[in-house]
Amino acid sequence: MSVRGETMLWIAQRASAVLLAVCVTVHLVTMTYAIRGGLSAVEIFARTRGSIGWLAFYTLFVVAVTVHVPIGLRSALGEWLGWRGRSRDMVLAAFALALGALGMRAVLGVFA
Amino acid sequence: MRNHSGYWAFAVHRVSGIALALFLPVHFWALGRALEGAASLDALLAWTEMPLVKFAEWGIVLLLAAHFAGGLRILALEFLPWRDWHKSLAAAAAAASLAVGLAFALAL
Repeated sequence: MSVRGETMLWIAQRASAVLLAVCVTVHLVTMTYAIRGGLSAVEIFARTRGSIGWLAFYTLFVVAVTVHVPIGLRSALGEWLGWRGRSRDMVLAAFALALGALGMRAVLGVFA
Repeated sequence: MRNHSGYWAFAVHRVSGIALALFLPVHFWALGRALEGAASLDALLAWTEMPLVKFAEWGIVLLLAAHFAGGLRILALEFLPWRDWHKSLAAAAAAASLAVGLAFALAL
């Protein structure tokens, strides 16, 4: 990959990290609160169904994860397994697509 | 190098990141069961009540907290003029992750 491409990935990784810092804080607080007294589908749906706010939040969360995770894995695969080049990036692009699709499926599942 | 707190901060960040990357597709798939209705999601939630699964959940939350705290450390080192504070930042990251993990454990 070109130096410009690597720089773009570096910027995307940091920008998504800043977004994730906010999302993870909200997620940890919500989770700790929500599990009190046990979790149930009804309780989850009562919070999320038809809520544009939660839809926007989780969509942003999934987008940030879809950007952040494959770039992080890219470094790990390169440095620890020595796997670099086009094949690694193609596999990671497919992983990103799958992760984004599964994530949005889950978001729509609790919203609709 | 391996005795340096910076190395351990890097290793924890790398390993927790890989674990979270493996967990996320499963997490999303599980939540996607909501599409099949409340009963399907409740069946999965009942499974998560098993002690071993609860323990694994606590572990993944601790890893999330560790990765989160380690990520804040990296952002601080790269974007803030705090380079002499490496060790205190690593310690703060470890403390913050432990605190969140314990808070979650206590609420289980």
